[in-house]
Amino acid sequence: MTQASEIRSRIQNEIADFIAQEILQKAARKLSFEEPLISSGLIDSFHLVDLALFVEKTFNVRIDDTELRASMFDTVQELAGLILERMQGEAG
Amino acid sequence: MTTLVERLGEHYRQTPEQVAIHCLTGDSAESITYRSLLDSAASAARDLIALGLQAGDVVIIIQPHGGDLISGFFGVLLCGAVPSILAFPSEKLDPQRYARSLAALMNVTQPTALITNQVFEGEAGDVLSESGSSLRILLSEEFSTGKQYDLMSLPGVDLTPDDVALLQHSSGTTGLQKGVALSHRSILTHIERYAEEVRMDTQDVVVSWLPLYHDMGLIAGFLMPVLLGATLVLTSPLEWVRAPYRLMQAVSRYGGTHSWLPNFAFNFCAQKIRERDLEGVDLSSWRAVINCSEPMRLESHAQFIKRFAPYGLCEESLGSCYAMAENVFAVTQSTVAVPVNIDWIDRQAFREQHIAQSADQAADSIAVLSAGRPLPKTMIRIIDETWNEVPERVVGEIALKSETLMTAYYRRDDLTKNAFHDGWYLSGDLGYLAKGELYITGRKKEIIIVGGKNIYPQDLEALASEVQGIHPGRIVAFGLFNEQLGTEEVAVVAEEEVEEPGLRTQLAEAVRQMINQGSDIAVRHVRVVPRGWVIKTSSGKLARDANRQKFINTFLMEREGCPPLEEDAGA
Repeated sequence: MTQASEIRSRIQNEIADFIAQEILQKAARKLSFEEPLISSGLIDSFHLVDLALFVEKTFNVRIDDTELRASMFDTVQELAGLILERMQGEAG
Repeated sequence: MTTLVERLGEHYRQTPEQVAIHCLTGDSAESITYRSLLDSAASAARDLIALGLQAGDVVIIIQPHGGDLISGFFGVLLCGAVPSILAFPSEKLDPQRYARSLAALMNVTQPTALITNQVFEGEAGDVLSESGSSLRILLSEEFSTGKQYDLMSLPGVDLTPDDVALLQHSSGTTGLQKGVALSHRSILTHIERYAEEVRMDTQDVVVSWLPLYHDMGLIAGFLMPVLLGATLVLTSPLEWVRAPYRLMQAVSRYGGTHSWLPNFAFNFCAQKIRERDLEGVDLSSWRAVINCSEPMRLESHAQFIKRFAPYGLCEESLGSCYAMAENVFAVTQSTVAVPVNIDWIDRQAFREQHIAQSADQAADSIAVLSAGRPLPKTMIRIIDETWNEVPERVVGEIALKSETLMTAYYRRDDLTKNAFHDGWYLSGDLGYLAKGELYITGRKKEIIIVGGKNIYPQDLEALASEVQGIHPGRIVAFGLFNEQLGTEEVAVVAEEEVEEPGLRTQLAEAVRQMINQGSDIAVRHVRVVPRGWVIKTSSGKLARDANRQKFINTFLMEREGCPPLEEDAGA
């Protein structure tokens, strides 16, 4: 269990860092894991693809372009959940 | 000379089974023939007439991309009424706020009806009915289907070429919105002339993801192919921005020949498409990929060619165009199948004397892409502050006259008066002429262009002023060109009401959220500053360029890369 929560927390941190540094270009900005990303417009549509490419490169799971919407994931936490699900799906 | 309705009727009678539009949604494609296009439009027209719509009435259409948008648009035309497509609110935009922002536009334009869907009506119907008590709302879900109507019995056939065919609206919300009314004659004349310029005929295939509420999408990426009898492959901006590779796959699959793209799309496609999504893609049919509607950059073309040449794209396929809704669409166009001219000019002479002096290709030179030559029967003049024509290679405001130029903004005599001088339309854009070609260098008007979309800074400032703790009237919004993205980013500087340095970050976040959810763009830089920071002119007006320069000097000096042209222009 600890290992699973460690993985989750690592994924969340990596996503949050990527968004702060590469998308918002504000390394100092601390992103909360519960903060709405898409519905709030924090990540604009120009950058959704960047997020998908990053997830694919870093975690080796694919987020389909049709899934790049708030109803699929809207927070770092939800995105991490989606990634974990896919990782386990592929491992199983 | 005919009307749009007559032209559509000809296709309906002569080539009913020809596919007019391949409408792409995700992995599925709906092929709409001229017969089905006009049958469903006629059906929508019947519903509108039943609702009391009459010839000449204005109908606003707020619909997501797809078949319903298309049949609603042509349905309005078949009624002899005047359609105007507005943006469907994006996922992040508050529908109630969007509906409220339409009130000012409704006041000016006074539409009789609105075509929308249940989603938007459900979220904003109450606000809409308040803002226009007599506004009739037709839901696309309630369009009748399956019945056949005689096109000739619909009022649209009685239109004459000089009747207004449609309205194109700018997107402003704070009293700045204006509709351009275009006649059937202007649209058809323009389309025929422009098709010749870009060498388009009935064999050609236009591939477009552009929104239909914008002139480039509506005219070049929609009406031109449909009215000419060429084929249109249409997807939506929402899909393209999430999956840019679909554009390349569509070109490959349908043998696309023509596309229009704003400059940022060249960067976006070059940078954000996976190799595996291009497997088997063949772009050799794509012979006119035309850059239009925001500042054009050599670097954007270079990236695009480098990325897609291995898939069969030729360098001379890239073209350029200068266009505006006021002229239906194109004003100038580069020659198809000939590389776009690049003019290297001296940076210092440009910046200090506003002269485009030829220079060698060097670090202190600027590369300006030609926007091509004026279309036939289009005259361009570069003028100074006192409306006098300036010599070749001197930068000034671009003024134009043409056969298809609008005569007035719809019900906005105040704005019309300021837009013309001595019969010349004043574009608000800056540029110069050299050897008969037009080069755009900046703009005089207060507009920010983000990804080809025009944004009024006043709208963003009004939003920011709603944030508690921000000093109303002491907010300034402006654009900053981002070389990597190939477009402008929005920056907002707002003064705090009470000196409280500890709260500035929090206030900045509140401003960011207000603008992101209240407008169609995402703001990039937000700074909350102490009282007295924002520069105003002696008459109390905002000095946007001075504030932009101060912002760059204060906050962005560490930014890398060469200074972009837009900032250089500084006019």
